[in-house]
Amino acid sequence: MKQELKLTVNGQSYDFWIEPKTLLVEVLRDHLGLKGTKRGCDDGSCCACTVLVDGKAMKSCSMLALQANGKNIMTIEGLADGPKLHPIQQAFIDNWAFQCGFCTSGNILATKALLDEDPNPSRETIQEALDGHLCRCTGYNMIIEAVQDAAKRLQNQKPHKGAK
Amino acid sequence: MKNITNGFEYFSPKSVQEAVKLMSENGEKEFKLICGGQSLNLVMRNGLVMPELLISLKSIPDQDYIKFDEKDGLRIGALATHRAVEQSAIIAKRFPVLTEMEHNISSVETRNWGTIGGNICHGDPGGDVAPVLIALNANITMAGIKGERTVSAEAFSVGIYETALEHEEMATEIHVPTPPPNTGTVYYKFSQLQGDYAIAATAVSITLDKNKDKCIDVRVVLSNVGPAAFRAKSAEEILKGKKITDDLLIKAGQAASEEAQPTDSLDASAEYKKELMVVLVKRVGKEALERAMKG
Repeated sequence: MKQELKLTVNGQSYDFWIEPKTLLVEVLRDHLGLKGTKRGCDDGSCCACTVLVDGKAMKSCSMLALQANGKNIMTIEGLADGPKLHPIQQAFIDNWAFQCGFCTSGNILATKALLDEDPNPSRETIQEALDGHLCRCTGYNMIIEAVQDAAKRLQNQKPHKGAK
Repeated sequence: MKNITNGFEYFSPKSVQEAVKLMSENGEKEFKLICGGQSLNLVMRNGLVMPELLISLKSIPDQDYIKFDEKDGLRIGALATHRAVEQSAIIAKRFPVLTEMEHNISSVETRNWGTIGGNICHGDPGGDVAPVLIALNANITMAGIKGERTVSAEAFSVGIYETALEHEEMATEIHVPTPPPNTGTVYYKFSQLQGDYAIAATAVSITLDKNKDKCIDVRVVLSNVGPAAFRAKSAEEILKGKKITDDLLIKAGQAASEEAQPTDSLDASAEYKKELMVVLVKRVGKEALERAMKG
């Protein structure tokens, strides 16, 4: 029997009626058409499907959609400000942090969660925050460099101290 | 795409009492409890578990607490996420072995949603939480229609995906007593990648006397080399009451290895895992001893 699901996705409120067996990734991709969230391994071991749930990185393939009821979801489509890319997205482009792009949405969103929590992470912290994300193209170094670069860009963006 | 194919009814109770009531009302049905579902979703997607009814415990408020009191010890609500345990300052200070164990479970994404209670109730023979709780002499409280009961973490781990829980029962709390002075506890899992399931793992807890000379209490726990995590009592006998040396730890490791009943798996042969126990008990025992000397 279908049940009601209320979600906020990228700032917009939605109301669905879904089968309880539906995974969050199915709602995002198949009901909302937000195909930026990728399905990679389909068994919870690649993190390509990572989205932010109330600001925390989680695997949308490993969560029942109904368990996200009432929560705030951000997918890769919600990150850019109109045509202007988010500094993390721009840093990934400028540092050649992807080739095929399949892992990129997940990596960028996990980076956002990391930098929201720790604006100036060490290399080790970055490695640990992203250690679930499989990338078969870059060899990971460029991704780590992109995260370091993104951290700098975001810090430079902040207003000066006392300029509140 | 691998989705969950079989349909089920879904309930999200708002209290432990409501969850217990739902279980007892639906006792004849094939129901499952779900917390974060980081393991359950996977087995459901593979059609290995096909419940008629799913009861989600994530909707129960205030069951994710982490409380510490010097006298009473540490109390963790079953719905606390792995990440919350990992990031708890008081746990890092007083029970660093829990922090280290949590830090090496899967990825941040899994730890953000998966719960410590769900982990132990899943009963995976290679789970990380159970061996550490056994080493820490922890207790698990469960709630059911007949009320509450508490068993030791050791008695809770029964077999492959099997725990002390009755069908209409749920875990509510983990209690870890404050360790006696001069106690050191260490857990180490041997795996190919950080965050992977253990090929084999060992937890050792050592308590020294007040002169920090002899070992007055010890727990040697082996994981993923049997149906469930268990104490290698023969290894403990070798260490108890003695001054711990490298030679003694090797003997304990050999005894532990005798008790282990590993099976061949994709990552390692049973023979290799047996050999691994000798190495791990010595290595982890040595670290636990160092920790006991410090504190």
